[in-house]
Amino acid sequence: MAKGKTGTRSLKERDAATTKKIVDLVADVARKSLGGKEPKIDIPTRTKSNTIWNKKRGILEMGDGVAERPLFDLKTAKQFMQTMLHASTIKDLIAAEKTSSLRGVFYKAKHTVAGTRENTFDTQDESDPILEDLEVALGALREELHVFAENRGSMVGNITIVDKGDEIDCRRMGSGGYALPSIVEPDVIQFKKCEAKFVLHVEKGTVWNRFNEDRFWEKHNCILTHGAGQPPRGCRRLLQRLNQELKLPIICVLDNDPWGHYIYSVIKQGSISLAFESSRLAIPEAKFLGIRAKDFRECGLDDAVKIELTENDVKRAKEIAAYPWFAGHRGWQKEIDALLANGFKMEVESLITKDISYVSETYVPERLRKKDWLD
Amino acid sequence: MTAKEAVAMAEPRKKKTAPRADAESMAARQRDISVSEFFAKNRHLLGFDNPRKAVLTTVKEAVDNSLDACEEAGILPEIAVILEDLEPNRPATAKSSRYRITVIDNGPGIVRKQVENIFGRLLYGSKFHRLKMSRGQQGIGISAAGMYGLITTGRPMTIFTKPKAGQPTHHIELAMNTKTNRAEVTFDKEVKEFPPRRFRDMSAGTKALAEQGGFLTESEFPTGTSVSIELDGKYQKGRGSVDEFLELTAIANPHARIVFVPPTRVTEDEEPDVLAAAEATAAAKATVTTETNGVIVFPRGVQELPPETREIQPHPKGIELGILLQMLKDYELAEKGGTLYNFLQERFCRVSPQTAASMCQAIGVTSRAKAGDIEPPQAEKLYKVFQESKLAPPPTDCLAPIGVRQLLAGMLKGVRAEFYSASSRTAEVYRGRPFQIEAAIAFGGELPADESARVIRFANRVPLLFQQSACSSFKAVTETAWKNYNLQQPRGALPVGPLVIMIHMASVWVPFTSESKEAIADYDEIRKEMKLALMECGRKLGTYLRKRQKMRREGERRDVFERYIGEISKAIHEVTGQDQRKVFDALLKQAKARTAVADQVLDEDGKIVKDEPMDEDGVIVVPDAIAPVPGAIPAAAPAAEASPAKGARRRVAAEGTEPRRAAKPRKASAAREELRARVAKAASRGKGDPGAAGLF
Repeated sequence: MAKGKTGTRSLKERDAATTKKIVDLVADVARKSLGGKEPKIDIPTRTKSNTIWNKKRGILEMGDGVAERPLFDLKTAKQFMQTMLHASTIKDLIAAEKTSSLRGVFYKAKHTVAGTRENTFDTQDESDPILEDLEVALGALREELHVFAENRGSMVGNITIVDKGDEIDCRRMGSGGYALPSIVEPDVIQFKKCEAKFVLHVEKGTVWNRFNEDRFWEKHNCILTHGAGQPPRGCRRLLQRLNQELKLPIICVLDNDPWGHYIYSVIKQGSISLAFESSRLAIPEAKFLGIRAKDFRECGLDDAVKIELTENDVKRAKEIAAYPWFAGHRGWQKEIDALLANGFKMEVESLITKDISYVSETYVPERLRKKDWLD
Repeated sequence: MTAKEAVAMAEPRKKKTAPRADAESMAARQRDISVSEFFAKNRHLLGFDNPRKAVLTTVKEAVDNSLDACEEAGILPEIAVILEDLEPNRPATAKSSRYRITVIDNGPGIVRKQVENIFGRLLYGSKFHRLKMSRGQQGIGISAAGMYGLITTGRPMTIFTKPKAGQPTHHIELAMNTKTNRAEVTFDKEVKEFPPRRFRDMSAGTKALAEQGGFLTESEFPTGTSVSIELDGKYQKGRGSVDEFLELTAIANPHARIVFVPPTRVTEDEEPDVLAAAEATAAAKATVTTETNGVIVFPRGVQELPPETREIQPHPKGIELGILLQMLKDYELAEKGGTLYNFLQERFCRVSPQTAASMCQAIGVTSRAKAGDIEPPQAEKLYKVFQESKLAPPPTDCLAPIGVRQLLAGMLKGVRAEFYSASSRTAEVYRGRPFQIEAAIAFGGELPADESARVIRFANRVPLLFQQSACSSFKAVTETAWKNYNLQQPRGALPVGPLVIMIHMASVWVPFTSESKEAIADYDEIRKEMKLALMECGRKLGTYLRKRQKMRREGERRDVFERYIGEISKAIHEVTGQDQRKVFDALLKQAKARTAVADQVLDEDGKIVKDEPMDEDGVIVVPDAIAPVPGAIPAAAPAAEASPAKGARRRVAAEGTEPRRAAKPRKASAAREELRARVAKAASRGKGDPGAAGLF
């Protein structure tokens, strides 16, 4: 459904189309209400059971499963009400030609239900999934709804981009880097000039700082990014565009634990909850460089870096091993077996015990040279 | 045991060796013991063991007599119980005080020549010699109370009795001679007024109530009796008090109206004011127990008397050998030369000519054999034949159960609950004596929710206040599985919850565990019937509770939907421009339709709840007393209609069952402010709620 290309359509046309979708959805509810039928909204399900592994494309896709959200059911009554509120909020946003953060939308729709002490939304955690529901129910992308997330993640490297008309040279970003916005579609960000040969994506800001301070991107002619843990959509979309439009390999340095493996899995083939956007987010070619289970021995690390696997970690690792996209992958099966055999996990920072710049000056360059990675 | 031996045993025993006194000297000291003398020394046997119980027992005996007399004469009882504190200025440390207890009824009165016998002799009465259901049994009660008064205060009993309307009233004072078991009249005069006027002017409360025609109105007492006994006693509220006794008596006797004037320690004048008058008006008309200015009114709940009971002959299986021997002797005395064949038919119930003949045959005598000639060994044989023969159970029309409707009426006016159910079993037999068990339960409302259930017990409509745990009914309650009816019950204990359980046993002879008549003996047949009656009530309660739960759940569900419908219709209006009100109304209609049917399938245990019809008559629900849904928000106009009572199915109250009106709290605090507020409330609530009590 979601094709990232808004192409030549003007923003006005796009907004008019989105508004029509919202009005159609709500008008259907009104028609059912007045006609004495139970109002329901059909919402494509964003669950594992409705996620299909497209082996050929190497990405996760959303299936045809649709969940009804009826008003007259205690389980869904509140969500129904929230969906209607957000539909109204979004329509107003579009009409006003403004955009809003997720938090802003939450606050706009949050109030006390008349005559009660109950809030329409208690926390943003309730509000965000409702917006995602609307995205899938309307078949509209987040930017089409005029909603964006917080900036998260950073980028430096041998690339020059244009962001809303401002030219940005990513070699001159100081110690903080270019903050990755939530909307990075071609109508917002264009790649102007790129000399980098690959992208090194690290898990979090602390590690990214190490590489940036050591001018890794300069020495190795690459782009350096991080996504502050699980990378948000903006970061993933940008990585995908770098990969698809500029043909840059994406190489990931993540923790050696199930969480790190899962981050890689999301970057590579998309996530379950956003499976509908996989085609513009997933990077099937992404590579996992480390940290590997074997590194404790190969790098001669100290016992102090070991963090014991919790029961939950073990369970999670086994789940990940069973994902269809890992299940048939010998390298990954070995990697996860090795993690479980170790009985401990390691963070990227554990390499600091060797030397402060071991990771950027020895570990990554060596692995790159040997092309020692998983994909 | 031969007859001779029996006689020998009955004679005073003589000692074989007499070192200190011989038979002659002892014989000089051996003489009759008057029953009254015996009682004077053993007062505890009859319920006068302590000052507090003495007050209660006196009230109880007098009230029992009044009710029995009224019923026998076919008069709806109107009874006043007045306690006067004669030492109001005693120090606070005094353990007891002197009281004058007066009980006035509108019964048939007593003819002049019987007054001494009835009030002055122990063991004189009409009830001992017959197998008939009545409150008193032995004829000890009121004369014992009079004697207790005489012993402790030296004051005689004062009696006013008016046996005929329009005729003068006898004013008699009696002192009992404990030696002769005879009463001595110390004062005897005919007077005009009845009931005695002075009681009407006792306090502001009695004055105000009397002015409203609610207290000792002369026209209500064309005949009647007033008994006053002065005694040393103690008045105290709580369990086992006069208050409790009267409260329970009112429940078991909804056809009686009882006014109770408790003692006021301070007797300074209270000016009757507007307030008192207003309260008295409310009290005079009230259908539930009320208290105004210290005077408690237990109103009449039903307008008809219990049916008259028939006297029956003993059942052969219900007597003992000694009694059989005595009966044979009595028969011979009465019917010189009567035959055994006739004796069996006349003096027992359920013995037909054929049965009598076969019984004679079984003990080897002809049907011509005379009753007087039956020797004890033959009598013993006859006794065995009784046990073995197949006989119809005794007739049961000798019993006057309270009845389901009256039980409900009694509970309704005495217990402030939201749900009432009652059950009246058919008559059964224990040891050849017919009996009948009835039970009622009241649930919810103002009853305390986290205490053990209160069990109130009655035998022939008389409340049993002591020795609860020794009583068969208590065992029956603890052995009933209340958990089946959605109530909590610790193992082997009373259920816990806002519950009052009433058990009544009606019988021609109630088997008490002791002479003081406080607990019913634990016969299997009796306990079984009690449990069956309780189960019947419990089932109705269980059905009701499930229904109520469902109602609440639906109420909550509807509430949830209605809360959101406002938001949804607003959003729809904003997006599509549809009329907000129209959408709201349409959705509300749907919400109502859905909550009425949607959730009926499963209860919270996942069991299927069929729409069980509340078929029985034995149930009353007072929707007004149902606590609101916890956490429900009264709020916005559309949501306000979602009260759970709405979902309740109502039917018109059964005819004759008076709907419960807005009543005033019974345990009133003396605070004037509060009283004032309540009067105002009662006045404003008087109208427009005859449908308050719905019958499922």
